[in-house]
Amino acid sequence: MAEVILEVKELTTKYVTRYRESVYAVDHVSLKVERGKSLGIAGESGCGKSTLALSLMGYYFAPLHYTSGEIIIDGRKITGMKPDDIRKSILGTEIAYIPQSAMNALNPTRKIINFIEDVYEAHDPYKSKKEVYELARGFFETLGLPPEVLQKYPVELSGGMKQRTVIAISVILFPKVLIADEPSSALDVTSQKMVIKMLKNLMEQGFIKSMIFITHELPLLYNVTDDIAVMYAGQIVEKGTAKEVVLDSLHPYSRGLMGSIMVPESGLREIQLASIPGVPPNLKYPPFGCRFAERCKYVRPECQAMSIPLGELEDGRAYRCILPEKELREIYQREAYQNAR
Amino acid sequence: MPGEKNIILSGSELTRVFGFGHQKTVAVDHVDFNFYESEIVSIVGESGSGKTTLAKMLLGLISPTEGEVYFQGKQRDIRTHAKKQEYWKNIQAIFQDPFSSYNMFNKVDAVLLDCIHMRGGRKLPREEKAALMAEACSFVNLKFEELTNKYPFELSGGQMQRLMIARIFLLKPKILLADEPTSMIDACCRATILSMLMNLQLETGMTLIFITHDIGLAYYVSDNIYIMERGKFVESGSPDDVILHPKEAYTRRLINDVPKIHEEWDLSTV
Repeated sequence: MAEVILEVKELTTKYVTRYRESVYAVDHVSLKVERGKSLGIAGESGCGKSTLALSLMGYYFAPLHYTSGEIIIDGRKITGMKPDDIRKSILGTEIAYIPQSAMNALNPTRKIINFIEDVYEAHDPYKSKKEVYELARGFFETLGLPPEVLQKYPVELSGGMKQRTVIAISVILFPKVLIADEPSSALDVTSQKMVIKMLKNLMEQGFIKSMIFITHELPLLYNVTDDIAVMYAGQIVEKGTAKEVVLDSLHPYSRGLMGSIMVPESGLREIQLASIPGVPPNLKYPPFGCRFAERCKYVRPECQAMSIPLGELEDGRAYRCILPEKELREIYQREAYQNAR
Repeated sequence: MPGEKNIILSGSELTRVFGFGHQKTVAVDHVDFNFYESEIVSIVGESGSGKTTLAKMLLGLISPTEGEVYFQGKQRDIRTHAKKQEYWKNIQAIFQDPFSSYNMFNKVDAVLLDCIHMRGGRKLPREEKAALMAEACSFVNLKFEELTNKYPFELSGGQMQRLMIARIFLLKPKILLADEPTSMIDACCRATILSMLMNLQLETGMTLIFITHDIGLAYYVSDNIYIMERGKFVESGSPDDVILHPKEAYTRRLINDVPKIHEEWDLSTV
């Protein structure tokens, strides 16, 4: 049994709007990430992926509010800590968070080394500037980034280089968990590959102990992470290893997502692309019962009558559907047979 | 087979240069091509390879520095505004960003009404116009009754892009140029948009030109693929030839860099 680095138990967070309405964007989410493992979070836009990433930091600011649940990092519970304590002793050293399009948020009037000096000023103020420079230089060299980058302004760097620099800055204090929110979706394929290579490198060399990777591109997740959790309307609808979720998904929603994958491989042209009709529910008024019921092909009357728990299977897989595993598999088999005809 | 079909759009030695002196960049560099009637073509390349510049030249939005575009065998003449309008009845476009493609002050029905007027339906009775608009909306799974009094910015990105397709449905151009139509939309809506475009192509028999950096998409939809590198077509041919048996190193690299599912994704080659 490997050591669990990050454990999330029934975490619920909400957005409060101007009219005092609550939007539960993360609803009773439980996760576990072991040492040396990475977890991918998939789902369409608006399903709560990014809010989950934000909530995992434990640092909440309006309009995001914490409601219930626990986050435990390496045996230390961080929910319920004061925001100031979290900022000083958790962020950067225990958890690093790279928000979406972080690379476009670098201050254009400062050099890259200044951002690193800022990090050290907050966490290790007794280091001199020269020491920081030497440390940063060494770290950049081990990651395969040219050290000249440190003396450059953000505008002088290309998109891929900027993103890799942002990642390097965020892990310079060797956090236990790295949360990367769409780190490669604004880049072209070659730069994307470089970013992924660097993230894998960080994991292999032990600079970070585990990683949470958020994207809507499933082929990418399949290649990067060990486990995948699929989110829909604030809930996790399926969890399992990357292979299980992508090649043998159980939940009708994840099945629908997998049907829309397009990779340049032989055989793609014979596949009928599937798409999921409809739109996700408004989370201000989440439907009672299964949240996917409205768009589900296999919907039954019972689906909307009771709330459906995340059913765990023996091998650590879990999915949120009223139908038992055997029945779902039969349905999919029948469908595949009909398609083949 | 494309060989038996008529050429609808072709270009010879098409070139566009931006800037001069030190800052001279050749965005599109002496490109030759023939697009045939009712085929689906993809132009694939990385960012900065000149795809969008080529698209703008085909649309007549910018003029080529050198070379000519031929439409239906004749040299394209768009020197006056009236002639441009006439040309745009035959070629239409869908752009990458649906949010910036609409006039903010026009409601949805005005957007669609414009298209009917452009096709010469100005004198139709009101009921017939409404019926046409409703038909176009139902083709893209939108409800016309809900949309009439909305402004485009009140719609979601996917809905806007579908409204764009409804416009094309009304306009029925001979050529549709889709410049990264799905890159702002997530994977599951992408399939919806694509299948609508393909249905429209089947129904009207127009030529569909996809401009994209998504090789998977290009491989899935097209009859012919052109690979573009630094303003030049380096490889072209049927998708099975180009994607499964690429000849050029650039094409091979582009395909290798896309994450795969059934084949291994080699990270060591960057």
